[in-house]
Amino acid sequence: MSEVKVVSEIAASVWKIQANPGDRVEEGDVILILESMKMEIPVTAPQAGTVQAILVREGETVEEDQHVATLAG
Amino acid sequence: MAAPAASLAALGPVLIANRGEIACRIAATCRRLGIPTVAVYSDADATALHVAAADDAERIGPAPPRESYLSIPAILDAARHAGARSVHPGYGFLSENADFAAACAAAGLVFIGPPAEAIRAMGGKAAARAVARGAGVPSVPGYDGENQSDAVLLAAAESVGFPVMIKAVAGGGGRGMRRVPDAAAFPAALEGARREAAAFGDTRVLVEKLVQRARHIEVQVFADRHGNVVHLGERDCTLQRRNQKLVEESPAPGMDAALREELGRRATALASAVGYVGAGTLEFVADADAPLAADRIWFIEMNTRLQVEHPVTEMVTGLDLVEWQLRVAAGEPLPLRQEQIRLDGHAVEARLCAEDPARGFLPSPGRLAALHLPEGLEGVRVDTGVRAGDLVTPFYDPLLAKVIAHAPTREAALDRLAEALRRCAAEGIRINAAFLAAALDSAEMRSGEVDTGFLERARTRLLLARAA
Repeated sequence: MSEVKVVSEIAASVWKIQANPGDRVEEGDVILILESMKMEIPVTAPQAGTVQAILVREGETVEEDQHVATLAG
Repeated sequence: MAAPAASLAALGPVLIANRGEIACRIAATCRRLGIPTVAVYSDADATALHVAAADDAERIGPAPPRESYLSIPAILDAARHAGARSVHPGYGFLSENADFAAACAAAGLVFIGPPAEAIRAMGGKAAARAVARGAGVPSVPGYDGENQSDAVLLAAAESVGFPVMIKAVAGGGGRGMRRVPDAAAFPAALEGARREAAAFGDTRVLVEKLVQRARHIEVQVFADRHGNVVHLGERDCTLQRRNQKLVEESPAPGMDAALREELGRRATALASAVGYVGAGTLEFVADADAPLAADRIWFIEMNTRLQVEHPVTEMVTGLDLVEWQLRVAAGEPLPLRQEQIRLDGHAVEARLCAEDPARGFLPSPGRLAALHLPEGLEGVRVDTGVRAGDLVTPFYDPLLAKVIAHAPTREAALDRLAEALRRCAAEGIRINAAFLAAALDSAEMRSGEVDTGFLERARTRLLLARAA
């Protein structure tokens, strides 16, 4: 089992968290939704796996390339 | 409602309840007229250009808009603290919030915009259609009745003819909207639209005939407190992406004097019907599959504020619309009568945004290390809200600046704007200038044969053109 880092592709604020630790996700499933410049940007699972950790909270701001969640794939 | 101020000077200080380029633009006219201004800023904007553009500034809260630019108590507190006597809402944020207009009036501040009742009367899609019916102005054929049973809605769709659109009465920004190709797809689309409509606290929907290839045409109106209403011609805002306008021009290609007069008549009738005061815009949809004609153009909604794209109207009329707003708010009659308003030449505006066309138009916040805007070119106007060194944050919309070109002909204005956009450059963030220049140079734009889906369909070609 490998650990997969999920990162934010842009600076944004965390609008909604859609997955919880322990959830099973498929590739492309939405883990959380960011909001930047009035646009909603989904952060999706790069591969199938289990959500190990969500590292941000709703309302928090994130930087580009920030590690926001970890999957066990 | 607060009594109208007796003179322009009595409006000052004007609190500008906005940020970015529009706050700077409002401050510029106030300065020219000798009226002091107060900027407001969130923690993300403490060193922003709009703060420097005003005479005074008040902090209104943290960066998220809900806690600052959208907070009515924070803005009223700032107005009280700064001793402001009027409030200009700009566009977006609280500009079309009837409660805000009413709260300003109740606090003894002159609201530089329409009365709260006029904002409410045009507030919902069904309400606007009802106003249009009363004023004898055609809306897109459809149904906006109170009976919301599935059978009645389906019958309405069949009566106007498929394809249709189902729209949430209270919706906005494309949410609660469904295109429905035929009767078989109707039940599922209705259920989806209602589910999204519930988020707006109102599950009512309306059914409209789908205009498959559409142009977006709008008419600028102005009304004063003395019963005068005029129009300042039209703008064509057909070049859009995801329902966001990117290029606007005036006059609209193919518009003749007779049709302009007819649309102007419809627009001023609608404004009069709701007791409108100040600057407003009536939006229409036109069928792009036929030449512009009175029976192929329908009213959709009213924007009860100054528009982002108002500079194209300023450039063809030679007028300052913010000055007109201030004069109307001060109780003066409109500066000109309809027959005194002249349209000269052609103007086109492009919206320069912090976004990356090559990455699917992803927003591009960041530190604006360097910025070059095409200032000082003949016939080119630049309205900017940023300067080199600014941090462009993720909290607000991506509009950085507007570039507007004016010339005697449409061809020359498009050339001038495309050239100006090719001279725009930014370091530290991505901007859409080259993409916009390619769109202006496209054969479709040059021949005026575009519809609201053009930019999306031609996207890859335009991205390649800009690299060439």
